[in-house]
Amino acid sequence: MEVRDLIIIGGGSAGMAAAIQAHEDGIEDILLIEREQQLGGILNQCIHNGFGLTEFKEELTGPEYAERFAKQVTDLNIDVRLGATVLKITRNLEVTCSSKEDGFVVLKANAIVFATGCYERNAGAIQLPGYRPYGIITAGLAQKFLNIEGYLVGKRVVILGSGDIGLIMARRFTLEGAKVLAVVELMPYSNGLNRNIAQCLNDFEIPLYLSHTVSKVEGEGRVEKVTISAVDQKFQFIPGSEIVFECDTLLLSIGLVPNVNLLTDINCLIGPTKGAIVNEQMETMIPGIFTCGNCLHVHDLVDFVSLEGRAAGHGAALYLKRGQIASKHLFKVLAGSDITYVIPSRIDFGVDEDVTLKFRVLRPLKDCYVILKNKEKILKKVYRPVLTPSEMEILKVGKELISTLNSDLILEIEKKGTN
Amino acid sequence: MFDILIIGAGIVGSLLAREIKKYKLSVAVLDKESDVGNVTSMANSAIIHSGYDPLPGTLKAKMNVRGNEMFDELTKQLDVSFGRVGSLTVAIYNEQLPLLDELAARAKENGVKVELLTRAQVLKMEPNITKEVKGALLAPTAGIIDPFNLCVHAMENAVDNGTELFLNEEVIKIDDKGDYFEVKTSKNHVYKAKMVINAAGLYSDKIAELVAPIDWKITPRKGQYFVLDHYKSGLVRHVIFPLPSEKGKGILVTMTTSGNYLVGPSSELVEDREDFSCDLDTLKKIRESSIIMVPDIPFHQTIRCFAGLRASSSRHDFVIETPKGIPNFVNIGGIESPGFVSAPAIAEYVVDEFISKVFALEKNESFNPAVRKYINPKKMRFIDRHKLVKENPDYGEIICNCEKVTLGEVRDVLKRNCPPHTIKAMKKRVRVGFGKCQGTFCLPLVVKELAAFYNISPLEVLYDKEDSNILLEELKEEK
Repeated sequence: MEVRDLIIIGGGSAGMAAAIQAHEDGIEDILLIEREQQLGGILNQCIHNGFGLTEFKEELTGPEYAERFAKQVTDLNIDVRLGATVLKITRNLEVTCSSKEDGFVVLKANAIVFATGCYERNAGAIQLPGYRPYGIITAGLAQKFLNIEGYLVGKRVVILGSGDIGLIMARRFTLEGAKVLAVVELMPYSNGLNRNIAQCLNDFEIPLYLSHTVSKVEGEGRVEKVTISAVDQKFQFIPGSEIVFECDTLLLSIGLVPNVNLLTDINCLIGPTKGAIVNEQMETMIPGIFTCGNCLHVHDLVDFVSLEGRAAGHGAALYLKRGQIASKHLFKVLAGSDITYVIPSRIDFGVDEDVTLKFRVLRPLKDCYVILKNKEKILKKVYRPVLTPSEMEILKVGKELISTLNSDLILEIEKKGTN
Repeated sequence: MFDILIIGAGIVGSLLAREIKKYKLSVAVLDKESDVGNVTSMANSAIIHSGYDPLPGTLKAKMNVRGNEMFDELTKQLDVSFGRVGSLTVAIYNEQLPLLDELAARAKENGVKVELLTRAQVLKMEPNITKEVKGALLAPTAGIIDPFNLCVHAMENAVDNGTELFLNEEVIKIDDKGDYFEVKTSKNHVYKAKMVINAAGLYSDKIAELVAPIDWKITPRKGQYFVLDHYKSGLVRHVIFPLPSEKGKGILVTMTTSGNYLVGPSSELVEDREDFSCDLDTLKKIRESSIIMVPDIPFHQTIRCFAGLRASSSRHDFVIETPKGIPNFVNIGGIESPGFVSAPAIAEYVVDEFISKVFALEKNESFNPAVRKYINPKKMRFIDRHKLVKENPDYGEIICNCEKVTLGEVRDVLKRNCPPHTIKAMKKRVRVGFGKCQGTFCLPLVVKELAAFYNISPLEVLYDKEDSNILLEELKEEK
């Protein structure tokens, strides 16, 4: 059996960054496995601008951003296997991989970085009422057909969900001559970045219906009609509020879910992000398996994915260098009030390096404090004028502070003036 | 001129065509859909019922029991996934226990092996069933099947043996010319046959009326379902039924041959024969009644909800008969549950009771009952799969990530008799797009494969019905 020091599963932004960092940290025997025929993952179909402001201090398209990382991977002579799909991994770090060129093989890794990205929630996940004609498609699929294959998949479009992909596709469809009739959002607020609402909807006068959802889909061959209804606070349809759109496409932009099938197959512990539970070195509960990017938690900016990829590559390199010794658990980082999740949720080493806590809030909040505390006292208190669920937040914790701690931490939000 | 023309390529029509090819008769099959098994045969519980439930003496009881016996050999010949997992009909309240005894007596009368289980026995067999369970009726011969591929492979085998299949042909007129019929379709094509068999499912009464008046009528009974993702095996190991009522066998919980779980069906009479819509109230009721039996169903892992229509007849039994004085026209109607399991028995019965009276049956010595073996890389040993990919690299390329389908499988079904012409037909055969991403990854690849194979533009590739084009327009070149 072929043995490799580090196998990275997924050649998107997270996997490429992990490979580059691990290489920088001195790991030479790296294999990067990617199912598509080129590196870059989902970036390749994101031809709009807005990538790289943090990473490169300039605005790039998705393919340009990917290309910069891919070039580094090539320049570093990192071994890449394209068109190869990993079908199975084991707790002993065996990787079953299938491709046209290299056949059906099992490889052994000394460490794995799992960077498989996410997939889109679809109609099944939300039990869409009505018929099942063709034309109920996810925004990402439409994007792939448009930007990679060069085909328009809809001419009169209703978009359900105001996440970023939905907003960006609203603009993209409009620019290609299609009519976007409405963007419909179940929640009373949008899940997209504010800049996307301005640039993708307002600039094209596309109406956004908040607190609305699809109450019926009709059509035989293709979608012919989509009815939307307003919802009350319990998300129940409000009778009489129906609006009917004649359209050929219902585009779904209703969220992304980490793709962790291969991890759940081996009973890897999954956390509230629906990605694996990790420590501060991005190691899962299975020793030697590290994870990062959208398969850990869905990000809004690729720059942060790259950062996290580096952290995972760094963690894997440390693990390989210390002789593959499993980490020891020190304490947890728990999500307190108004926090959806915190990553990492475990601190296993607590020395040597600063820790970046990444988190999201449960609901839009204004004028409040982010508080990190343990049983005894408040360790850190930072004021934030605005917090929104659509934007990932960061709290840095210095290594000096971490090294003094030995009990579980809680991250929570406190409204200003409640104390 | 064909000897026999079958209208409808559902499970009944497909298995009947195959059965007829065991004799020296020419057969053609027409279907209005773009694929075989595209309506009721594809949207059902995928259960091979044991036969304890139908009232003794009915055609349903006879066909079900005989059909069940035939499935081991049939699925082996047609290379279709089938497992006799057994069914448990559970009593949750004490007052339901006598009903189990009643069912056991009915089973005995129908000649079906069953066993009454105590609460402790049930819980040992099915630890995830409600602790409230009081007892159950075990029917060990009940099974689960891949319903899509049973239809497809049955028709493939029928075509292998000389059947002619015409899809997208909707019958609108039938002229009785005495010793033959002229069957006209909406495309103005005319097919001539000495004998016509109506296996038109939801439209069987409409087709029957084209020839002679009938005293029965089809009223579709809708069933809505949840499909859950591959869940760790062990939620349930048997098909779990509640006690049956006059509305049907009730909402069941079962694993499918693909390792998914199926929860449903509801039972609602509808007027519209094309009403395949789902509604939230019914889906909610399905959730509520299923968790009475199995409390921990992971509904958050739902990957799809769908509705199927049962072709229920006003006779409440299968209708298999000829109109008075027209022995060369056979109506097969009202094939609702247990229709799927009954289909091979119905095929046999129609040949014995009706076809043999019109034609002198002569055995077809060259009939081959088996399809060419399907290659399923997922079920292969490592070394065999390694060798397969070496020999044909197409089996190395994974085209669908959720269901782990290879390009080799996609290309194989295209080259068979009864190949897929649409995305949905491909999905039914090899499961591309069946998983939790519902085709987001594989769809562009499958569109390309279909376009290349049929030498058409990707713009012409259909999902299923007419006007269900995946792509609407090619983008203009960048200026």
